[in-house]
Amino acid sequence: MEFEPKIVGFLCNWCSYAGADLAGVSRIQYPPNIRIVRVMCSGRIDPDFILETLIHGADGVLVMGCHPGDCHYIEGNLHAERKAKMLRNLIAETGLEPERMHLEWVSASEGARFAQLVKEFTDRITKLGPSPISGENPNKVILENLLAAKRTAGDFRLRVIVGRERELVEDKNAYGEKVPQEKLDELLSEAIKTEYTRNRIYNMLEKESLSVRELSKRLDLSTQDVLTNIVVMRKKGMLGVERIEGTTPIYMSLEVR
Amino acid sequence: MATPKKEIPRVGVFVCHCGINIGGVVKVSEVVEFAKTIPDVAYAEANLYTCSSEGISKIKEAIKKYNLNRVVVASCTPRTHEPLFRNACEEAGLNKYLFEMANIRDQCSWAHMHEPEKATTKAKDLVKMAVAKARLLEPQDEPEIDVTPSALVIGGGISGMTAALSMANQGFNVNIVEREPELGGMLAKLHMLCPNFEDASKALSSIVDAVKSNQKINVLTSSEVEDVKGFIGNFDVTVKKDDKPLKLNQGTIVVATGAENFEPINMYGYKSNENVLTQMQLEKLLKTGDLRKPDKVVMIQCVGAREEKGRQYCSRICCGVAIKNALIIKDLYPETELFIIFRDLQTYGQEYEACYTEAREKGVHFIKYTSSNPPEVSSNSEGKLTIKTYDAFLKEMVELESDLVVLSTPLIPQKDAEKLSKILKVPLGSDGFFFEAHVKLRPIDFATDGIFVCGSAHSPKDISESISQALGVASRAAIPMANKHVRADAITSIINEDLCSGCGTCVRICPYGAIQKNEIGIAQVTSVVCKGCGTCAASCPEKAITMRHFTDDQITAQALAALEG
Repeated sequence: MEFEPKIVGFLCNWCSYAGADLAGVSRIQYPPNIRIVRVMCSGRIDPDFILETLIHGADGVLVMGCHPGDCHYIEGNLHAERKAKMLRNLIAETGLEPERMHLEWVSASEGARFAQLVKEFTDRITKLGPSPISGENPNKVILENLLAAKRTAGDFRLRVIVGRERELVEDKNAYGEKVPQEKLDELLSEAIKTEYTRNRIYNMLEKESLSVRELSKRLDLSTQDVLTNIVVMRKKGMLGVERIEGTTPIYMSLEVR
Repeated sequence: MATPKKEIPRVGVFVCHCGINIGGVVKVSEVVEFAKTIPDVAYAEANLYTCSSEGISKIKEAIKKYNLNRVVVASCTPRTHEPLFRNACEEAGLNKYLFEMANIRDQCSWAHMHEPEKATTKAKDLVKMAVAKARLLEPQDEPEIDVTPSALVIGGGISGMTAALSMANQGFNVNIVEREPELGGMLAKLHMLCPNFEDASKALSSIVDAVKSNQKINVLTSSEVEDVKGFIGNFDVTVKKDDKPLKLNQGTIVVATGAENFEPINMYGYKSNENVLTQMQLEKLLKTGDLRKPDKVVMIQCVGAREEKGRQYCSRICCGVAIKNALIIKDLYPETELFIIFRDLQTYGQEYEACYTEAREKGVHFIKYTSSNPPEVSSNSEGKLTIKTYDAFLKEMVELESDLVVLSTPLIPQKDAEKLSKILKVPLGSDGFFFEAHVKLRPIDFATDGIFVCGSAHSPKDISESISQALGVASRAAIPMANKHVRADAITSIINEDLCSGCGTCVRICPYGAIQKNEIGIAQVTSVVCKGCGTCAASCPEKAITMRHFTDDQITAQALAALEG
């Protein structure tokens, strides 16, 4: 049977969802694979929703909002864009194709554009093939990675950086300074890598207590990397030593909050 | 912060044929049978038209007969029909927020007309998704707010005065805040009005007198709005008058701050040659009678407007203004030769088109230039002006000598429009003018309840358009004041104080200033100010914010339902 991708769309009420309605009213035909979830503003779309949808085997997630400058809520769409940027970086770490998540702007008057974008995205996902974690035999490594990614996106650190990006880059802080965009992007991608690695370690230890060497083997990380992160995570109260075998400490995850 | 569910959901599903609009593509009976198999669905039926009075009464009957506590209608778009079905629920005693729609027409049968099988599968999925959300829905309250029957009008030009008079005549108190020492705005600077050549000062003085003598209107000149807090019905406004703060409590706010005229510094010899004027300066000379007879006058249109980058918009009124002033000069000095060099002439409407015809009949010359070949103005030692321009009809360069060059420049946003937009928390468009809630359907409302816009503050307008908008605004603003109360939106965010760390991310993110920290540093939402976008909830680092009616659980459940089976 031909592959029919499962695509979930998250659309804002005012522009993109209205654009989708207009496509229908105009009888513009497009592939029927997309299932649309309506939210009031694209700014409402929590990275959690997108990762959760991908974890459950969606082949693609399409996020749509108002064009910049047209947002019904002034700039919720720009927040959506910042979240999408973070997610692209984060998903790229997991081994899942980052292009399975895509952000587009559609206005209420752009029915034809909506249909065209849905067609293009559906074609792209069809070409890409089924999500590696869908179906009978999901790729366990990528699934584990995505679960770690979801924890990462839900963590305080990334949410603060993304949530405060506009403020940091555009407004002056208490000391009258602005953070240059490149600097913030650097900070963000560094934070993504670090937090993602820590969550992989955390998730792994949640299932089974392990030594540094064993973790390093299973997660394909250098022992140095694992050790550095374990030190920080112990200080944060995320990990503890379950037992010591000979001279080797065996670590376990602790319940956080 | 989902509270434990006391009741087991009993969802009723109503699938609409919409005549053949849905039924001609989607197998409705199959969708109904499928709906019956979804967990917690207590009842499902098909309707020819669910939105008909028959369909509505079927919903109401079923709610009672089957003891339904959630309703899903699978039909068209919630953007048009949700209010109707919500009312039906309410009339049957069900909280109207316990309703959800599946859009199986606009986003299914109409868009997949040639694929009935796949469209039916999609319709089933959409119903399943709607039920998944409906199961988690919770009842919501729309709090009632009292409205102070008094309006603040910012700007004492023709728009502001017209709106103020209309509201005062409806019985409401009005405060006009005008920055200048006198009322009048831009109209006070004009000579005669287009298209009927009425004396602007006469038109102005009659309305200024009416405003000043109206008992209900309080005029605050040499005043500026400093701060606005609160929300519809209860805006706490601080006005600075003669450097002293003045507090006002206002129910509604009208933005009628008008526009400025663009000054074309360094363009076409403006400022370096005293015979290069703007239309505004020409108006002044005509008004005072100081225009000496010129042999020739050349007017250049679109100066600083319709640019590739920068001011991209058309200022709309300049073509009419140029033709009007050309006709006035022709009347004064019939021998004067007049040229209007234009890019595209926009004399919209019957009256302006008639002025254009009259100008042609009276011998005003019109030369079309192109944006790639704009005119050039140079002057010799005696101050005589030479204009070289490409003539798009002759397809060659032409050269004119002139005593006077008049530049038609666009209206531009007020310098402090951005400051006011921040005080009121209402948006500006990309061109810097105030931006309405919906370009077609809500042209004089802001998305923020209780604040309205009229006149050139919104975009360049002539007097009659400004007056029409001002009257529109007066009636819009009168609605909540006449009702004496409004219902606030229920779809707002709430903060779980146990989870909030007081980081302040939401305070900075909220575009409406609806979130503030309380005395112990915990975030708090002022529900009536919240517009329900949910950006705060999606960004909260502690996930301490719940968005009513669009909770994390509800949205996730709806999305994941699409992936089952």
